[in-house]
Amino acid sequence: MTVMSPSLKAEIRDLSFSFGQVQVLKSVTLPISERRVTALIGPSGCGKTTFLRCLNRMHDLHPDARYKGEIILHPDKINILDPAVDPIEVRMRIGMVFQKPNPFPKSIFANVVYGLQIRGIRDRATLDERAVQALQDAALWDEVKDRLHGPATALSGGQQQRLCIARALATNPEMILFDEPTSALDPVATSKIEELMTDLKQKVTIVIVTHNMQQAARVSDFTAFMFLGKLIEFDRTDTIFTNPSSKLTEEYVTGRFG
Amino acid sequence: MQTSGIDPERSIGPVTRKGKPGERVIEFTLLLAALSSIGITLGIVGVLLYESTVFFQKVSILDFLTDTQWTPLFSNAHYGILPLLAGTLTTTAVALVLALPLGTITALYLSEYASATVRESVKPFLELLTSVPTVIFGYFALLVVTPLLQLLWPNLPGFNMLAGLVIGVMIIPYISSVSEDAMHAVPVHIREGSFAMGATRMQTAIRVVLPSAVSGIAAAYVLGISRAIGETMVVAIAAGMQPTLTWNPMEPAATVTAYIVQVSLGDLPHGSVGYQTIFAAGLTLFVITFLFNVAGYVLRTRYHRKY
Amino acid sequence: MSHDVHRVIAGNRRLDRLFRWAGLGGMAFAVLILLLLLITLGVEGSQRLTWQFLTSYPSRVPSRAGILPACVGTVLVMLVTALTSIPLGVAAAIYLEEYAPKNRLTAMIEINIANLAGVPSIVYGLMALGLFVYQLHLGHSILTAGLTLALLCLPVVIITTREAIRAVPVAIREAAYALGATKWQMIRDHVMPYSTAGTLTGVIIALSRAIGETAPLITIGALSFIAFLPSPPVTAGPPFLSVRWLFDPFTVLPMQMFNWVSRPQEAFHLNAAGAGLVLMMVTLAMNGLAYYVRYRSRRRIQW
Repeated sequence: MTVMSPSLKAEIRDLSFSFGQVQVLKSVTLPISERRVTALIGPSGCGKTTFLRCLNRMHDLHPDARYKGEIILHPDKINILDPAVDPIEVRMRIGMVFQKPNPFPKSIFANVVYGLQIRGIRDRATLDERAVQALQDAALWDEVKDRLHGPATALSGGQQQRLCIARALATNPEMILFDEPTSALDPVATSKIEELMTDLKQKVTIVIVTHNMQQAARVSDFTAFMFLGKLIEFDRTDTIFTNPSSKLTEEYVTGRFG
Repeated sequence: MQTSGIDPERSIGPVTRKGKPGERVIEFTLLLAALSSIGITLGIVGVLLYESTVFFQKVSILDFLTDTQWTPLFSNAHYGILPLLAGTLTTTAVALVLALPLGTITALYLSEYASATVRESVKPFLELLTSVPTVIFGYFALLVVTPLLQLLWPNLPGFNMLAGLVIGVMIIPYISSVSEDAMHAVPVHIREGSFAMGATRMQTAIRVVLPSAVSGIAAAYVLGISRAIGETMVVAIAAGMQPTLTWNPMEPAATVTAYIVQVSLGDLPHGSVGYQTIFAAGLTLFVITFLFNVAGYVLRTRYHRKY
Repeated sequence: MSHDVHRVIAGNRRLDRLFRWAGLGGMAFAVLILLLLLITLGVEGSQRLTWQFLTSYPSRVPSRAGILPACVGTVLVMLVTALTSIPLGVAAAIYLEEYAPKNRLTAMIEINIANLAGVPSIVYGLMALGLFVYQLHLGHSILTAGLTLALLCLPVVIITTREAIRAVPVAIREAAYALGATKWQMIRDHVMPYSTAGTLTGVIIALSRAIGETAPLITIGALSFIAFLPSPPVTAGPPFLSVRWLFDPFTVLPMQMFNWVSRPQEAFHLNAAGAGLVLMMVTLAMNGLAYYVRYRSRRRIQW
């Protein structure tokens, strides 16, 4: 693969993953470019969500998880998958937004600052400042500025998801992982979040898993197509969608299966 | 990275230990709390065995289990637990005659017929029944139920094992709530299959729901039995304290539990054989209810796993 | 449709109606008996609900007897019970739900708790007699009584707390982990606060059952004719706080009721009803509190 990216944020080398005896990912190798959106597409069961969760060591929560291979994070070149690396460390540098919005049943403000509080930041002025910044970056500030201490669960689905994005942003992560972030939302909320991502990528590297090909085409710079646990093709997004190298990729993006 | 108000921006390099030591201490403390439950069982078994040794040194286990008289205070003392067991079994049987049908039918009604409003208003009542102190049920059995029954049977003695009826009322909510859970867990689509063939609610309830929920209902019965066997105050107050080997519910008799109460209230010194009998009786009680409790647990986990 | 099919359907419908009435009847019977019990207790007991009754000591003269030491004893014993069973039960539940691996030891602990929940209360009394009274020499005291009832409450507290913890959705836990929380931070900041209401409900109900327990307390030697109160917790001189009351003899409301109902004189039966009514009102109040907590929490947090 001869993809030149502006600069590299992460390199995934030969990543294989299994739950007990079942192998879900087979030798995946691909680069993640800094401050770009990299999308993962593929039919259900192809392993894209499993791949995403390797990046922040979420699989550590399952006793049968087995990682193989390396995920090198730049610029310090540490291997995320090294057992000596604390997964908590990893999650403090790489945030995640989930498929179904999952705000805590607390106030909007408490949601946004939770990540900061567990990093030991207690100063109220700092928390306030970071919360406002995060909510602005998530395009939610105007809608909630008058009810910061109201319940997060009173927000609409789209607003809750933007709150989850703000929550992840508040801690200044280097990368944010999005796991099908709009599949539970209506089209209006979806487009708001897609717009948001185009702004966000100037600050933070984004990796997004989506089952919606058109969304990948709209928001991402690079796209990876996966099938049955293997990486089939990785390239600039326009190349994948207009002139893919692999026949399988072509059949998927033209809708012949999926 | 420690939680000491440090720079939240990029962390520098990996940390070479997993999990802070404080977390290990917390986990260990919680483990100790969980193990305390095993400690309690060991304590129960330990105490019962230890204190019964005095008793079993004097009385052989065979005599204990087969002698038909329980007269520890006579000069020619007999230590057969059968009369006490007969008392327990008879009162339990009386209780079950009332509680099993009523409990099951209540569960069926609540699960298959009742609207949500009815269910929401009746269930708290039944839960309340389980909260009423048993001494109050004992009062009720002696001073209300027995006089009422004496209207029907004028020769009924003031103390009698029909107090078991009150125990039955007490355990109806145990049986009905566990049974109802089991019936409710039967998925809607199975019921709909039956309705689609023209079956009435009753036919669906009896032919489809009941068989599917059978292990849950069995669990309910077993747990109800265990509860009835262990009941103390109702029988201590209303069934009498005379250990006699009789299976006639209209006579007074002592159950294993009432006997323990009687000795505890008496003046026998700790360590005397007469006193240590309560531990032998308690051991018997524990073994019997243990068997029922484990059976109930196994049955209940079985029906949980079905769906 | 043929005539026979109509007959079959009609027959089925009739049975169905019968069954429905039987079910209704069964349910009504249980509810009516409960009402009968409460009404009888109320009618008989209210006659003795006087200030004198509530503030007197037991006496050989029924009309002069009262439940003061029983009430005080109940409060003190319940205090010990609550302070022991709540931390122990909640800690055990957190371990079993959040930390325990799926192995033989955990399965054993679970079966064990299920068994303990069904052990007759009098057996707990026997165990307390052997262990607390005769081995540890804690005496026939409030401390012993409180610990005994705490053991009784423990399985229920563990089981209901576990259910409350289980109700916290996985999505919330994942959100916390994804932000970099450690396991304990996740439990402390999310699982525990969100399950507090459910835990509280279970604890209140467990305590409301313990309040009415008589058998185990008889076994450990609670007295039923007490003409004095336990030592006061505050003393006139230093150190101003005393725990002597923990080791004092005592009586509780259900024991007092049992004692009076066991006497042949009808006047004492009236006293028993009075004690029972007070006990019942306390139990109802606690149950009501538990329902209120549950209702309020359902309104605040909906998963």
